[in-house]
Amino acid sequence: MEAGVTTDRVEQVIFDGLVEVGADRDAVSRDASFEDLDVDSLDLVEVSQIVEDEFGVELEGDDIKDLKTVGEVIDLVVARSP
Amino acid sequence: MPPEGTHGCALVTGAAGGIGAAITRVLAAEGWPVGVNYRSDSDGAERVAAEIHGDGGRAVVVAGDVRADGAADALFDALEERFGPVLVLVNNAGVRADGLSPQLRDDQWARVIDTNLSAAFRTTRRALAPMLKARFGRIVNVASVVGPRANAGQSNYAASKAGLIGFTKTVAVEVARRGVTVNAVAPGFVETKLTRDVGNGVVDAIPARRVGTPEEVAACVRFLASDQASYVTGTTLTVDGGMSA
Repeated sequence: MEAGVTTDRVEQVIFDGLVEVGADRDAVSRDASFEDLDVDSLDLVEVSQIVEDEFGVELEGDDIKDLKTVGEVIDLVVARSP
Repeated sequence: MPPEGTHGCALVTGAAGGIGAAITRVLAAEGWPVGVNYRSDSDGAERVAAEIHGDGGRAVVVAGDVRADGAADALFDALEERFGPVLVLVNNAGVRADGLSPQLRDDQWARVIDTNLSAAFRTTRRALAPMLKARFGRIVNVASVVGPRANAGQSNYAASKAGLIGFTKTVAVEVARRGVTVNAVAPGFVETKLTRDVGNGVVDAIPARRVGTPEEVAACVRFLASDQASYVTGTTLTVDGGMSA
């Protein structure tokens, strides 16, 4: 766990993760939905792994299955960061 | 052999003898550094590793009962530290505890399901994240012709192996778009410790009129684990001398 996890930092890691799994960088924003980004459940599993490696925050299937937008995931990770 | 530039290794569970040992040897010969997992036969595992070293390959013996809590993490952590991510996983560890269903005890049922099916789930779950990240992975589950077909006295074993085949198909579909393949092999009667007490009359039921060898199963695993098998996923390759045909 790095010291000083900021919302900006979480946002950057998640944006980069989404691009890594194939999302269009220009389309990625807090308000973008996963459907719009063509990001599916397996992509989100990969992004969750990146988040866990980076921040030590575990996101399980039940945590993310109802989340629709990028911003909702960012907020969840920030809320769970120690 | 590993795709060019690939940094990683193979893990074979239950690799101290029989089919597991043969698979481990062929994967090492293909150029993979291999983890030789065993539960109780440390001498057998050490022999397999020594043979691989003698042939110029890389191998490390990794002890652990795949049924134990935390076993998957322990095995993978050890191999990742030594050789990098596990990119080929062969779930081979298997046991039998035979009995007719009316007399099959809970512990016989649980031991077989836990070892042959649940442990394969846990190693597969542990394997997938690094494979997805690498955009390459090969999982081969060693099932059996028992499961797809009946064998009196082995309802627990049949359930575990049929379950393993169903598990194989579904995981294959989940991860196919990331270059990770998941397949099974289904051996028939193969000469190993596990089949030592099976009756002689069985050969008459095999069109090839002989039992198979561990090397014949290993050859199929070698193909499924290869880069060339990149478009083969979710399938079960039967290796039984024609018995199921």
